[in-house]
Amino acid sequence: MGGIHPKGHKLSANHHIQEATLPPRVVIPLGHYLGAPSTAVVSPGDVVKVGQLIGQANGHISANVHASVSGVVAKIDGHVDASGYKVPSVFIDVEGDEWLETIDKTPEVKKECTLDPKAIVKKISESGIVGLGGATFPTHVKLTPPPGKKAEVLIINGVECEPYLTCDHRLMMEKGEEILVGVSILMKAIGVHEAIIGIENNKKDAIAHLHKLAIEFDGISVMALQVQYPQGGEKQLIDATIGRQVPSGGLPLDVGAVVQNVATAFAIYEAVQKNKPLFERIITITGKSMTHHGNYRARIGTPLAHVVEQAGGVPEDTGKIVAGGPMMGRALSNLEVAVAKGTSGVLFIPTLESERKNMQNCIRCANCVVACPMGLEPYLLMTQSERSMWTEMESDRILDCIECGCCSYSCPSNRPLLDYIRLGKTSVSKIVRARLVRKN
Amino acid sequence: MNIIVLSILTLVLVGAVAAIVLYLAARKFRVFEDPRVAEVEAALPAVNCGGCGFPGCHGFAVACVEAESLEHLVCTVGGLATQERVGQILGKKANTFEPTVAVVRCGGSCEVRPRTNQYDGVSSCIIAHNLYGGDTGCSWGCLGLGDCEAACKFDALHIDPSTLLPVVAENKCTSCNACVKACPRSIIELRKRGPKSRRIYVNCVNKDEGEAIREACSTACIGCGKCADVCAFGAITLTNNLAYINPDKCTLCRKCAPVCPTNAIVELNFPERKTIDILH
Repeated sequence: MGGIHPKGHKLSANHHIQEATLPPRVVIPLGHYLGAPSTAVVSPGDVVKVGQLIGQANGHISANVHASVSGVVAKIDGHVDASGYKVPSVFIDVEGDEWLETIDKTPEVKKECTLDPKAIVKKISESGIVGLGGATFPTHVKLTPPPGKKAEVLIINGVECEPYLTCDHRLMMEKGEEILVGVSILMKAIGVHEAIIGIENNKKDAIAHLHKLAIEFDGISVMALQVQYPQGGEKQLIDATIGRQVPSGGLPLDVGAVVQNVATAFAIYEAVQKNKPLFERIITITGKSMTHHGNYRARIGTPLAHVVEQAGGVPEDTGKIVAGGPMMGRALSNLEVAVAKGTSGVLFIPTLESERKNMQNCIRCANCVVACPMGLEPYLLMTQSERSMWTEMESDRILDCIECGCCSYSCPSNRPLLDYIRLGKTSVSKIVRARLVRKN
Repeated sequence: MNIIVLSILTLVLVGAVAAIVLYLAARKFRVFEDPRVAEVEAALPAVNCGGCGFPGCHGFAVACVEAESLEHLVCTVGGLATQERVGQILGKKANTFEPTVAVVRCGGSCEVRPRTNQYDGVSSCIIAHNLYGGDTGCSWGCLGLGDCEAACKFDALHIDPSTLLPVVAENKCTSCNACVKACPRSIIELRKRGPKSRRIYVNCVNKDEGEAIREACSTACIGCGKCADVCAFGAITLTNNLAYINPDKCTLCRKCAPVCPTNAIVELNFPERKTIDILH
């Protein structure tokens, strides 16, 4: 249902993953996009090694945080993240690059996994692994189904439907075998015998590569999907691969599916087989005005400015700098923002393309209704939001919105539909939460 | 001719029958309303601002009539005179309250708080606030997009184009609380008007630590606590790096403002300070 077809602009698709240099100081955020912030377990002056635990998960929906560099903890303080608000972070002054002895640094692919499902989930939870597609939802939560629900199929998200981004694409090309081992570990953890890797047709090389490798693995198949945004959305991908629709307000487990990103599968491989916690990720640095596109493996906490510097610096014609893709990314107000677990890239948009066009009246063309992948009526939700009609918005399923931005993209009157819908979503979820608290 | 007469007669007849039916129905289904409700409502300002917490003036009038005492029922818009009139009508003791006024607690004008980026989204504070930290280095201060101005029904709040901060017209503000609710950053507060409209308050809501604030805004409260030390009445408390002057304890002695290193404490409507005051 719905969806749009923006141009791919995968400019950095053929650029091999490069190692980003170590910055003089990293700022590792303890907060997460979802869930409670972790509690710092180091204090200023402590000497840490790469991979050492520095933030303890706070409750079930939270994740551990590990040091991504070796050095001395300078301070624990607030630091602005991509939203422009401060989140508690650990500042570490880099000294050398000394890894914990327990981490296996050898490049050989280790296929055998002897751990039982419970031990795998525990390992994943300890390693601080979160969904690397962008939402950074703690992975161990997804792997512990609530009682009465059973997973039937594992879906691996290799869609990368956002224009410009190529980090998952490169990872599939260069670390295909590791990803597949990660997928088989995941299958074991949730007890399913079937896994489908969904990849969009604009990455033919990755499809062919993984297809060839998957022959050796039981139960893993690769499915080529038509190119469409937002196919990488969890619910959209389930529909595209196994043809089941997640009910409104439901979870993928309601239709027997568990969805994980390819980068998450790779991180799980490294955590379980190589004992390496999540402290680095691939980010794409790209943009039309950029001369040196690239995919970089950067340590979590590296200031974006440092990675951008390595990629040739901020291009002259830059109107906006976006963390993430052009559809769902956030415009940055500051390049000192650190690479977080969910940062998939930095995109430089030329001035002309970055400007918002003048808003005009709604002409009731219903482009937004056609484009909405969740079957909502964005034009109506926007009007309701302008008038603070929260009750009506709730019954019009505002909470189903995945904030993909298809509505704003398709509007010929340049109406800021998503801005208002987001406002409505925040207000309605506040009301719903307050209601739940009252009930209990 | 005949047709004209006939039509007139028919219509008159239909009208008469309908009138009788309506009259009877109105008698039968008449809802009794205390006549005092209408009287009280007539005494109220009739702006339906909702500042009292009831859905408009009628709702407030009903509540006044039904309540045993007027203790918790306040119409700040009408003020003390209205309050007394309502008390007279109902034969209850009129509620007295200290008049308040809206106070904008942010001094981050364009000069002292430089813009670090450009916001080109929807011109609404709450949307910008949900989206990101704002177009300055301070993620606590005024966004200047005018949600409070839009919420004010009394034309008492306007964004000053030179500072991009809202300015309250004291004589028009009725302290209806609409702007306080509209501000997503809780910058606006209702404070006592004070004698001769004299007020002292901390003109900042930033809870960050000193060093970071100074870069973002030169007139922000850095939480140094000098004002709290100098206050002899214990009116100033320091929580989360932010000083707050309790209007109930403040005696308007003016000792705190001169010691503030960032001039974050504002004195309103006071006579010019004598030089000797500053020395001490």
